This record gives sequence, C-alpha cells and structure tokens, in this order.
Amino acid sequence: MTIASTAAGRMATGRTLVEKVWDSHVVMRAPGEADLLYIDLHLIHEVSSPQAFDGLCLSSRTVRRPDLTLAVEDHNVPTDSLLVLDPMGKAQVETLRKNCAAHGIELFRLGDRRQGIVHVVAPEHGFIRPGMSVVCGDSHTSTHGAFGALAFGIGTTDVEHVLATQTLPLPRPHTMAVEFTGVPAADVTAKDLILALIAHVGANGAHGHVIEYRGRAIELLSMEGRMTLCNMSVEAGARAGLIAPDQVTYRYLKGRPGMPDGTTWERAVAHWETLRTDEDAVFDRVVRIDVSALTPFVTWGTNPGQAVPLASRVPTPESFADAQQQAAAHRALAYMGLASGTPMDSIEIDTVFIGSCTNGRIEDLESAAAVLRGRSVAPGVRMLVVPGSTEVRHQAEVRGLHRVFTEAGAEWRLSGCSICLGMNADRLTGPARCVSTSNRNYEGRQGLGVRTHLASPAVAAATAVTGRLTAPSCLPQRGTV
Amino acid sequence: MKPLLEHTGYGVALRRGDVDTDQIIAAEYCKRLTKSGYADVLFAGWRKDPAFVLNRPASSDASILVAGHNFGTGSSREHAVWALRDWGFAVVIASSFGDIFRRNAFKNGLLAVELPTPVVAELADRVDGDPRAKITVDLAGLEVRSGGLRHAFAVEARARQLLLEGLDEIAVTLAQDRAITTYEKSRGDWLPSVPNTPLRPVCPSTAKRRLI
Repeated sequence: MTIASTAAGRMATGRTLVEKVWDSHVVMRAPGEADLLYIDLHLIHEVSSPQAFDGLCLSSRTVRRPDLTLAVEDHNVPTDSLLVLDPMGKAQVETLRKNCAAHGIELFRLGDRRQGIVHVVAPEHGFIRPGMSVVCGDSHTSTHGAFGALAFGIGTTDVEHVLATQTLPLPRPHTMAVEFTGVPAADVTAKDLILALIAHVGANGAHGHVIEYRGRAIELLSMEGRMTLCNMSVEAGARAGLIAPDQVTYRYLKGRPGMPDGTTWERAVAHWETLRTDEDAVFDRVVRIDVSALTPFVTWGTNPGQAVPLASRVPTPESFADAQQQAAAHRALAYMGLASGTPMDSIEIDTVFIGSCTNGRIEDLESAAAVLRGRSVAPGVRMLVVPGSTEVRHQAEVRGLHRVFTEAGAEWRLSGCSICLGMNADRLTGPARCVSTSNRNYEGRQGLGVRTHLASPAVAAATAVTGRLTAPSCLPQRGTV
Repeated sequence: MKPLLEHTGYGVALRRGDVDTDQIIAAEYCKRLTKSGYADVLFAGWRKDPAFVLNRPASSDASILVAGHNFGTGSSREHAVWALRDWGFAVVIASSFGDIFRRNAFKNGLLAVELPTPVVAELADRVDGDPRAKITVDLAGLEVRSGGLRHAFAVEARARQLLLEGLDEIAVTLAQDRAITTYEKSRGDWLPSVPNTPLRPVCPSTAKRRLI
C-alpha cells in the first residue's frame, strides 16, 4: 500500500526524542486534557521561590519530594565579596535559607564551594542526566536539554505546584528539528550557532515548540558548548531544546558525584541509548541551517534575534520583511545609538562581561584566556570575568587562567549571575556599551540605558583588547599591540 | 480564586512587538517577597517618558492592554503578571505571547488572549480613536466583542476550566495522589536524588572579603 508522505508520517509509529522523554514522565493522560508530568528534579533559587513557599505555608501543604529539590543562591549574590549588602537581596537570600531549613531542602549557599549559577552547578555536580525532566523558576533551565533532558523554565505559581505535587499539568508541545548541516570553521562557537539560528527564525520563531538540535555540528560540540546552545533555546521562543545523549555526554557524566556505577551505570547507558529520534518519526517543523560558511555573530539590537555576522554592517530597518520588524529595528537602533550601515567591527565598547549561565563554564574561560594570553585589555575598557560557579573558579585557578585575566587587566571575580541582569550589586549605568557573553540584550537588561552586544567569549576577549567589536582572527599578532 | 466568566473594560494600545518581561518589570524590582504591590514599577523605564501610553490621563482606568506580537517574551518572572494585575489590567490581547508569560498570566486570573494580527490592529485603532470604547472578553463564550467587532479566541481547555470554576490547581492535582505515588514506584534507579549535606566552606583564598 502506498500512502502519501505526509499521511505516512502522521501514521508512523516512530517517536522523536522529545516525545520519548515526555511520554516516560506522563503520570496521567486523558483525551483533551493536559498531561500530568512527573518532575525528576526541581531547581530553586532565591528570586522566584519565596512566594511559592508562602503559598504552600498558607495552605498547610508540605514539599512532597525535598530529595528531588536543590536550591542555589545565585541571582542576588555579589561577586566581589561573600556578603549580600543590599537589604532586599539579603532578605530574599535569608528567606531561601529559612525555607530550605524548614523543608529539608539541600542548599548550596554563598560561601559553600558548590555555590554558583544554578544552571552551571546542577550539571557539574551530576544532578542532570539524560531522559530526566527538570524545571526551575528560571527561563534558562533549557540549558539542561544538552543532556537529552526535558528541561524548562516555570513561573512562581508552578514552582509552588511542583513543591506540593512533584508534577505539572502541561499541554503536549509541538516538536521542531533544527538541523545544522555542514561543519563549522574552527573559530565558530556554540554561541555563534545559536545567535545565527535566532537571527534566522526570529525571537519568537520556535514559539510553542520543543527543539531537537541535530547534525554533525552538534555532535562535534563539547557538553559545555551544548549547554550554551540549549541555554538560549528560550530566546528563540522555544519551550525547551534538547540534544540526544552520546559518548560525549557519557564521558562528561561518568564519575560525577552520585552517578551510578557498575551494572546500574550500564543499565542507565542502555536506556539512554534509546533516547534518540526514530528514523520514521515526524517533527511538526524542520529548520535547516548550513553552518559551513558561518562566521562569528554579534547582536546589534535589543532582542537576541537582532544579530548579524561580526564581519557585516548594522542593518537598515528597510531590509526587514514586515512592518513590525521594521518598527522594532527603528526602535532598537535609537536605543542602541547606532546608524544603519556602520561596520559592526567599528562599534566601540567600554565594558566586557564574560560569565553567565550561557558562557560561564570552564571551556568558556579557556576560550577567552586563549585570546587574552600575552595581550592587554585596552585603556578605558573594564573587563569582568565572572566564573559560572565556585567550582569553575577553582578549576580556572588550578589551570592558571586567573593570572591570564588579571595580568591582562581584567577583574577576576566570584561566581554569580552578575551583570547578566541588573539585579545584584554588579550593575552598569547608561550609556555604557557592553559586549556580553550572556543571553539577553534587552533594553536596560544590564542597567538603565545600558547597551548590550551579545557575543561568544572569544569575541568578547578580542573586543577587550581593541576596545571595539573584534573577531579573534582580526587581532594583530601578539607583541605588536 | 474567584470564578471568572468574562471581563468588560476600556482598552489601551501598546504598539510595540517583542515586549519582554524585563520591560514589564525590571529585575531590580523582583526582590520583593510578596505577590502584590508592584503597580508602581510596571514599565518603570518607559513610564519615565511623559508621552508613554500608560501616562495618558484618558487611559488611567484602562483594564485591557492591547499589545503587539510576542508579548511577555524572555524571563519567567511571574512578577510581570503581578505588576500588570496590580496596575489594574485584567486582560492582555496580543497576536502572540511568550509561552511562560501566558501560562503565568492564566494562573493569576489575567486573561492572555491571542487574536490574529489584523484583529489586534483593529482593536488598537479603536481604543486609540476612542479610549471610552468598551471591550468585552468572554471566557465562557470564547469571544472578544467591541462595537461591531466580534472575534473568537482559543484557550487551553484546562486553564479555561480552572478560571471558570475558580479552582485551586494544586488541590486538583493532589486529588491524583494515588496515580503520582504509583508513578513514583516505577522511576529508574539511575535517576539522581539530592542528599542533605553539611556546608563545604570555600577555601580561604576565595573567602577573602575583597578580591583582586
């Protein structure tokens, strides 16, 4: 019997990776209803949890699974001391400590060597494994999709729901394959791949979908690179972004704290090996991007989709297809103080930020240090290097990276969310212009009136050397600067 | 929560796309411990401009925000919904929403209604032309009405039912305790659990008060 391809697709029995992980967490399913999904790990932090614990308390409810809940202090912490001086930030941190103590929840607090940004800490301590479901009151929870886990951000009401029930009622998502075809050049990083994707599909281009990233370029990425990529899935409007686990994943996991060993490890790997999209599975949507000719990307505007190759120019609003995008471009150019046609690599910056849950891991610091070694931060430029966790800071010091940064004139700081968002003591004031390895270039994200250009750690480091947006390949030879 | 069947009120048009939750409420205002008291910081950055729509006296009692596409994109902060609600908004109409924002909105009784771009544009023109034009958002009938305009919208069945009946979602889920417990027994032994451990202090060099 011959069936037209679409119909055949609909009738196929094969499932995508996303559907397999989803289905394995369904506690209850009824026709026309949301699925009740079990949550394997609930990450919490001080900003989005206090009202959830309050609600729990008011209803005389308890935390169902404190043993599946991990708390970390990250958003409000300073990165130049271990003391939270801001009274409101301090109250949030103290409230988290009180709530964790009352409910028996493990907390990696400021001053603990396991503290750091929640999305850096959870994987490095072995809490993220393939096929899990993970939630957190933070949109960048999508990071953990790098392990083939279904991981997504939730609001405070849902945090309370998970605390009380360890489940969430959720409508089944649409699936979207993002196929990176070709092999990228050596100076193209995971950050460039994701910025290029968001520029291609738009800041809401993956709305309502869970992405599966596929292709040779993905297989070649380290776990750190995969986390960078999945981290910014939400900036494309996706609910989550996943990568099928492989040997790279298992190598990263093996031997981490609490990881199973012996036959349990072998059974786990055998299960994880089934977590890949079946050949006859059908995605609701497929996007293909050829990355063989890709070059480093940076943002020019005020949402992560407003990005172009660093070697190109600030676009003209008229170059966009629809009136909404044109209006957005006009607004963005006005806020960013940029003129259309300006070469991107002529834009002068005064601040460089290396860190965040997007690019605050050891590989990111290595990449920045490799560019900075034997070079200096340009006069008038302030560079902050903020390790994503206390463990990353320690690893970097063992490798001597901190000396590369400090000798170049950068600040070597403690771990935390820092100036990714204008919330803690690290804050910029407008009209500062910052090249940032973080994830959002929204108006005022890093401080009122501050202009943000998102880029990879390598581009950020090269930019620190020249004081204007610069690709590492365009830097003069060492010793000539 | 009280049952919610429909809302009728005045509209105000915010003609911008991709309005992220950082604009709705900046991170520095998300340090409060409460679920209310955020009206003063709604769109704090934009409200510094006297010409900003929410500063117009004619729109001071608007309860329906007519926005652009991808409203509420970005951060999962529920404070954005609390701030809109505290200001007096009961409904946001847009051609599309950030997923987490829309979910958060319904959980707080703020209706996030998705309508096609031309319909949103017509509503925006209508409220700009006459700030006293009434808009009705009928959750029971799944319809938006204003003057001669009448347009159906869709809402996820569960979210709608919870609002129409004013149900406590956690209580609804807790009623399924047996199913949850049964599921828990089937979970893989390779899954992690989080033990309670004592503080492991950072090494003295890191604990120095001031750093390099």
